[in-house]
Amino acid sequence: MITVTHYIVLSAILFTLGVVGVLIRRNAIVVFMCIELMLNAVNLSFVAFAHYLHSMNGQLFVFFTMTVAAAEAAVGLAIIVAVFRNKETVNIDDINIMKW
Amino acid sequence: MVEHSMLNLVALILLFPILGTAVNGLVGKRLKKETVSYIACGSVGLSFFTATLVFSGLLLLPPHERLFEKQLFSWIESGSFKAAAGLQVDPLSILLTLIITGIGLLIHIYSIGYMHEDKGYHRYFCYLNLFTFSMLLLVLGNNFLLMFIGWEAVGLCSYLLIGFWFEKKSASDAAKKAFIVNRVGDFGFALGIMLIFLTFHTIDYTEVFHAASQGNFPVGSFTITMITLLLFVGATGKSAQIPLYTWLPDAMEGPTPVSALIHAATMVTAGVYMIARCNVLYMLSPLTMTVVASIGAATALFAASIGLVQNDIKRVLAYSTVSQLGYMFLACGVGAFTAGVFHLVTHAFFKALLFLGSGSVIHALSGEMDVRKMGGLRHHIPVTYKTFLIGTVAIAGIPPFAGFFSKDEILLESLTYGNLIYWSVAAVASLFTAFYMFRLLFLTFHGKSRVEHHVMEHLHESPKNMTIPLIVLAGLSSIGGFLGIPGAHVMSTFLSPVFSASGHTKVSGAEISVHHGEGNPYLMMVVSTAIALTGIFIAYQMYIKKPELPKKLAERFRFIYRVLLNKYYVDEIYTALFVNPTRKIAVFFWKCVDIQIIDGSVNGIARSIGWFSSNLRYLQTGYVRNYAFYIVVGCIFIIVLAALGK
Amino acid sequence: MSLPLLSLITFLPIIGVFLILLMDSKDRELIRLTSLLVSTIVFFISLPLYFNFDSHTYDMQFVEKLRWIPSFGINYYIGIDGISLFLILLATFLTPISVLASWHVTKNVKEYMIAMLTLETAMVGVFVSLDAFLFFVFWELMLIPMYLLIGIWGGPRRVYATIKFFLYTTAGSVFMFLAIIGLYFLNYRATDEYTFSLLEFYRLDLSFAVQFWLFIAFFLAFAIKVPMFPFHTWLPDAHVEAPTAGSVILAGVLLKMGTYGFIRFCLPLFPEVSYAFIPVISWMAIVGIIYGALVALVQDDLKKLVAYSSVSHLGFVMLGIFAFNIQGIEGSITQMVNHGLSTGALFLIVGMLYERRHTRMIADFGGLTKRIPVFAIFFMIVTLSSIGLPGLNGFVGEFLILVGTFKSRILYASIATSGIVLAAVYMLWMFQRVMFNEITHEENKMLKDISKRELVILIPIVFLIFWIGIYPNSLLRKMDTSVNHLLMQIGEKANIVSVAQGQKNPNQLKHNSIPKIDIVSESKQEW
Repeated sequence: MITVTHYIVLSAILFTLGVVGVLIRRNAIVVFMCIELMLNAVNLSFVAFAHYLHSMNGQLFVFFTMTVAAAEAAVGLAIIVAVFRNKETVNIDDINIMKW
Repeated sequence: MVEHSMLNLVALILLFPILGTAVNGLVGKRLKKETVSYIACGSVGLSFFTATLVFSGLLLLPPHERLFEKQLFSWIESGSFKAAAGLQVDPLSILLTLIITGIGLLIHIYSIGYMHEDKGYHRYFCYLNLFTFSMLLLVLGNNFLLMFIGWEAVGLCSYLLIGFWFEKKSASDAAKKAFIVNRVGDFGFALGIMLIFLTFHTIDYTEVFHAASQGNFPVGSFTITMITLLLFVGATGKSAQIPLYTWLPDAMEGPTPVSALIHAATMVTAGVYMIARCNVLYMLSPLTMTVVASIGAATALFAASIGLVQNDIKRVLAYSTVSQLGYMFLACGVGAFTAGVFHLVTHAFFKALLFLGSGSVIHALSGEMDVRKMGGLRHHIPVTYKTFLIGTVAIAGIPPFAGFFSKDEILLESLTYGNLIYWSVAAVASLFTAFYMFRLLFLTFHGKSRVEHHVMEHLHESPKNMTIPLIVLAGLSSIGGFLGIPGAHVMSTFLSPVFSASGHTKVSGAEISVHHGEGNPYLMMVVSTAIALTGIFIAYQMYIKKPELPKKLAERFRFIYRVLLNKYYVDEIYTALFVNPTRKIAVFFWKCVDIQIIDGSVNGIARSIGWFSSNLRYLQTGYVRNYAFYIVVGCIFIIVLAALGK
Repeated sequence: MSLPLLSLITFLPIIGVFLILLMDSKDRELIRLTSLLVSTIVFFISLPLYFNFDSHTYDMQFVEKLRWIPSFGINYYIGIDGISLFLILLATFLTPISVLASWHVTKNVKEYMIAMLTLETAMVGVFVSLDAFLFFVFWELMLIPMYLLIGIWGGPRRVYATIKFFLYTTAGSVFMFLAIIGLYFLNYRATDEYTFSLLEFYRLDLSFAVQFWLFIAFFLAFAIKVPMFPFHTWLPDAHVEAPTAGSVILAGVLLKMGTYGFIRFCLPLFPEVSYAFIPVISWMAIVGIIYGALVALVQDDLKKLVAYSSVSHLGFVMLGIFAFNIQGIEGSITQMVNHGLSTGALFLIVGMLYERRHTRMIADFGGLTKRIPVFAIFFMIVTLSSIGLPGLNGFVGEFLILVGTFKSRILYASIATSGIVLAAVYMLWMFQRVMFNEITHEENKMLKDISKRELVILIPIVFLIFWIGIYPNSLLRKMDTSVNHLLMQIGEKANIVSVAQGQKNPNQLKHNSIPKIDIVSESKQEW
């Protein structure tokens, strides 16, 4: 029997993978994908809870998240492309002009 | 009632001089000099005339009813604190009013000649009228606060007139010094008034003295002693007593008529007036009386000793004034208020005369004040010489001139009701007085002329408007003493209502009460005349017979001579003790406390906030991963906090 | 009362601002005249406040109350009593004079005059507000034009000075705002009603601890404004850099907001704590008196000297307020007016000298009396007024303050009185160095004597200096009832009389005729 606990644990693992990826990877695209991974981990827990609690609210939130993620992907990729055009790199360690 | 309608005129006495001030102050510049002098002298003359009317009105009343109060308006009123603008006429105040307006008038007239060529002619008369007004306010006010206004206002006039020739640094310095030293005294006076208010719940003379004479306060009561001592601090400032006398000799920077009016005849005697006015309070405090008498005696001797060697004609007179004021305080301090006031009156006559006479000398010599550059003047300026001689004889205490009777009475009282020390100090001072005054006379008018050649050419007797006041004052100095001649008691009878209240006070323990020159005065007369003659004889020996003697003595006793010549270095000591430390502390407060500590910490706070923020900004590395890391740490922190919160 | 007089006085300057906004900024003369006219009209319509003021009641008069932000219980609630009356008159009196004194300002005249008029609205607003929120709004509003006046039209270090002034004051007022909000909620807890009305706050019965913290908050705001030692260092900087008119308003009115705040807020709201704080505040005031005087003594810049003398004078005011008796408080209010007049006049005079010589250094002057005798007369009178010469205004206030203080604490009064001696020292020394002696600088030989415009500026002030000195009852009678009521309020609420009697007077004299500290008003009138 696959209980809600399994979904939550999976979601947590995916989320942690995403966090770690964001923290340690240098390629902007990969970081970006890790963020998507985190968002989807959350989505997973939303759906699981929605099913468990017999409530539509969680499923609704997922739609919102997906929309936001899509918009974010568009804007984010555009920025990455713009940065690549200027600096010829997507290594985020080289992109640190936004500081003091 | 005719006497009441006369007494009601009292406000006019004050009104005339202030009108004169206003007119001369506002439009005097555009008026002719003659008009200015008519306005100034006229106002004081009218004031004098009114004063005589008020005086005769007072005389018409029976002696014990001779107290008239006129309320003008309520000045300051706050809660139970009430200070009225009201005038009080009684024998003491009217006596001083007559002196102020009478001698004031003579000096105004004299000034017409003396200040004739001065550019600040209208300014001078404006100040002089203002002074007359303030002084009248001082003596006529019916409560302590009004006296205080007059007190400070005469100080202001003194400041303005000492600094009349403000372009001279020494004059403006002297003016400032006079005001500030007087302020130190006023500090005590003001506290005294507050303590009076706190104790009596009123500052009105009649009420305060009535309450005090009811026996509610035991003799030697701490409160009354504090009050009287504080008031006396004020008196030492205004009347130039130790330790606050240093301003008066410097005040001679002012025009000479000013020295005569303010720094001899009237203002400086305000302290004596105040103590006489508060005799009821002073009688309740033997300690204060001792202090007053001691300071008076000490000042009399101290100043006289300085006067022995001074070479500036006006400074000699200034130290003489300080010394004579000391006599008056000595008299008050032993309870002989009448004698003190009597000496005040005669002193006003002969000291005004002497100052005006010295002014006439200075005028004749085109401004020369050093006696070493005078000599042999008696033939050139005979009127001045004769009147000056009368003044000198009067101050030296030769019968039957004015100073003899009053000084003699003080000597007598100080022996009878004081002790031998007071008497001997006063006697020595009296010897000194006779000596330095005749020294001055001989150096100025006798002997060979040491006048510089170019000055000699302009040597002239002063005009009529200067000599007539001299003659009038000489007359007063000659006969003024008969007001208080033993046996007649004109003065003491007249003043007795003022001093009777304290006379009734039962003085337990201390042997003080008010006296009117009783006892056997005749022996004392002989003794004091002998003392004066001795002084004159020594002066004669030293300056007429053997003119080389003073130099030899100065050589022999060089140390003493130098100390005396430098006025015991008191000014230098005060500078070192008060002036310089104050300035140093002030600089320390400003540079160190204000700029470094306070402003330093204010700016320091600003700077530390700036430093903190400028370091904090390094958290913003620009690396996205760092930001993400902070977010994660923050999330974990919140989760942990939430978990712990449960 | 049909005409909303107070609102008119408060907001007429703002109407003037709109008028000026419509004008061409090149038309300087018109702008100057308009602002002079507006401020003069404001002064004249503020005179009925004095003449129609009913001195028999302690209730607020000329009251206007409108709903402003009802959901928070904030009202437009204004009115005056005998305490604020004279400060309003002082503000409306000094504004036209300041406008006239800034006739020679040429830089951005339009903006300058707008700032001046806005300032007037804010000043009057502070003194008329009976709603704590409204009070705070005006309190903060006043900062902005002043900030600009110093920052734009000031001297060389103007930016430092103005930021210091601004930050210092705001730092204090933040605490005050917190305390006002605190009172708001405390009042809600007690009465179940949301209101910022000061008169409602007066009825609160607060515990000592609560009073303590609120008092501290208000104290910081007001003490900085006064300024009390050691919060005073913004003042010399601000004064030195401010243009003449800025200095006049700053010294004349803005500083009074601090002392007014103490009377309006601290005493009636937190009587017990205020009473407990008497020693602290009195000592701060005494230190301020002597410290300010000493530091003034060694200044070589005229404006700095006058600024430090303000610290000294306001020390007297604080001492009087914390004497907790009628003489002390009436003296303080009188002294606030006096200080506004005489220090304002001193700044004007320094400004006039500066216009002539473009320096304020004492050493650059000397012997001026010979060249400019009429000017010297005015300078002398104002100097003497500042020294506190009897017969002029300064004396009345100082003496009443000292009498009041003397009644409660003899020691304090005795020390403070020495400040009067020091005042004579620094003022006369300054006067001597500027006006007396020989002329040593060639430039000073060409000075022009006082002009007509300057006469128009100074004569009204000198007239008031004499008037208050000779007939101070015209002020005192109007404030009696209000001050008595204030003292009753304090006495009733805190029951301090018992506290007072329990405390031994440190200088208790042997004679028992010296009264205990009487906190209760000595009123003879019946309520």
